[in-house]
Order: sequence, then C-alpha cells, then structure tokens
Amino acid sequence: MHIPSLLGAAALTATLAGSALAADFKAGNLVIHDPWTRATPRGAPVAGGYAVIENTGDQPDSLTGGSFSASSGFSIHQMTMKDGVMSMGPVEGGLEIPAHGSVKLDPSGFHLMFTGLTRQLKRHETVGGTLVFKNAGTVSVDYAVGSIGARGPEHSGH
Amino acid sequence: MTVQANRLQVIAVTVLVGILCAIGVLLWQSMGSGGRGSPQTSLIGGEFTLVNQDGKPITQADFLGKPTAYFFGYTNCPDACPTTLTDMTDRLKALGPDGDKFNVVFITVDPARDTPQLLKTYLESFDPRITAATGTPAEIADVIKKFRVYAKKVGDGDNYTFDHSTAVYLMDARGELVTLIDYQEPRDEALAKMRRALTS
Repeated sequence: MHIPSLLGAAALTATLAGSALAADFKAGNLVIHDPWTRATPRGAPVAGGYAVIENTGDQPDSLTGGSFSASSGFSIHQMTMKDGVMSMGPVEGGLEIPAHGSVKLDPSGFHLMFTGLTRQLKRHETVGGTLVFKNAGTVSVDYAVGSIGARGPEHSGH
Repeated sequence: MTVQANRLQVIAVTVLVGILCAIGVLLWQSMGSGGRGSPQTSLIGGEFTLVNQDGKPITQADFLGKPTAYFFGYTNCPDACPTTLTDMTDRLKALGPDGDKFNVVFITVDPARDTPQLLKTYLESFDPRITAATGTPAEIADVIKKFRVYAKKVGDGDNYTFDHSTAVYLMDARGELVTLIDYQEPRDEALAKMRRALTS
C-alpha cells in the first residue's frame, strides 16, 4: 500500500501549496478517481461525497461503507429527480462496482452522504476519509473541497 | 304497554329527525363549499404566517409590492438546496440593480431541525437579500399545501431526509404566480423569467 500514501503525500503537498488537487487512490483492482466534495454553507449539517470508482479486476466488488474525518455519520445514498421532485434514500446492501466497469458518485445520482458535519468545509482544502469495500478492504482517500456550487472535481490550482 | 310504545315511538321519531337534520346540514355544507368551486382552490401561493431567520413574524403581505421567488428545502439537504441558493445568489448578482427589486424566500420543509438561528447561520453563505422562513409544523404544512409543494419525510431517527419539489416559484408583485424556474435551469432562461416577473 505504498501508492495511496504517496498520493496522500502528494495531495498534502498540494494543500500546503494552497490548492486542493483532486487525486486518484488505488486499492487492489480498484482505482478511486478524484474524490471530491463541496464547500458547505455555514452551519450546514451535511455534505455529499463524490468520485468515480473503477474496477480493473475480473471480480465485482462492492462499496459497503466508509468514514469522513469531518463528520460523525457516513452513508451511501442515491438521489433521483422525477417531475421536479428530488428523492433521496440510502443504498441498501452496498453499491456494486462491476468487474471491468466503474460507478460514478455524483450529485445527481449515487453519492456519499456525510451527516453530522463537525465543521464547515472550505474550498481548496482536502479532507481525509476512508472507503470500505467488500473485497478490497479499507482504503484511505482525500476529498478535494470544491466551490459551494461545484459540479465536478477541480483539477488545477487556482 | 301503550304508554311505553308511545314513548318508544316518540324517541324513535326524535332520533330519526335528528339524523335527517344532520344529513341535511352535511349535504348543505358540502354543496355550499364544493358546489360553488371557490376561486381559492385554483391558486398557487396565498396567505401564510411564518417567522424569518431573525425570529420575526412574516406574512405574504411583507413580500407584496415586489416580485418574489419562493423555494422550499431544508438545511440537511446535501445538494439541491445549497445549489438553488447558490444559483439564486448568482442570479440576483447578474440582474445588477434589478436584483434589489426582488424578494427571495427560502422556506424550510423541516421545521423540526431548521430553527431561525440555524437558517440565519446558513444564509450567511449566500446573498444577503435572501430571506429564510420557518414556522410551526402546522404553519409549514399550510404553506406547503398552498404552494402545491411536494414534501415527504423519509426515514426515522436523526438522519431523516425529505423528498421535495425543487422548483422556484416566481410570483409577481401582487403575489400571483408568473412562472416556475426549474432546478438548475440555464442561467439566461432563469434571468429572462425574473425580468418578466418585474414587468408583469
């Protein structure tokens, strides 16, 4: 597991340089591309977590849980929009990452829900956390914090 | 025997008359309210009594005289609500001086968690011209009904969420609906609708 720590160090360096760069994290056959979240309004109790999880292996895996260092709660949610009504609910029994496939966690579909935020998230910082997979185990990831209305991860320094 | 029978008859007739009267009153009431088809039932919006982020009572009257954008959400919402507040912040700015001619009101569907104090803190991240509103569960239920908003609590315990309508209701200065702005509507279209609300 040298690669994640190297990448973590790279992300930390980026933070120290004054901007949070989205990064990739590897665990076994999984690659977690660009974990990101958004700056939160003051007092906001929740935030969403997003990434693309790619499975390069021959066996499916599933995301079963995780943690976020700035929140007490963590769950996997799905958001659907129908007739102008937003519906959201937990994903039961884990989220499958198909063999040779990928799953996108984004604001308009599957996403991570960080509940009980312990502080306000500020743009350009990175916040640590973990993702837990059935086969690949626990992976440390760093979430790059984008703007309050960000639609995707920020790749370049600002 | 006959006295008893008479007494029973009197009781029976009295009861029957009572029932008939009750049916009559019910029928008359239902015809009265349903039959006339009062114009109130076809409106969106209307009177409400809520409190703003400073805990101050507010009613529809406070927002008449200017076009008002109302939308409904809650602070435990990770995406749609901060996004809509961000979009409204951007739209008010893009309107330049015309931005001052609008009221923007964010009404919570979650009065149990969204206190005036929390809403006040939450609003600090957005345009200062935006107002937030909460109320008693009955007051919130009433305004939700009047605006034809869909809001349904999902889950139990502390981490419940709401399924809810995401549209912004754009009302004119008289409190009548001009149009809706859809969730994440393209900027130019949303601004065109807001300009239309200024002149309608």
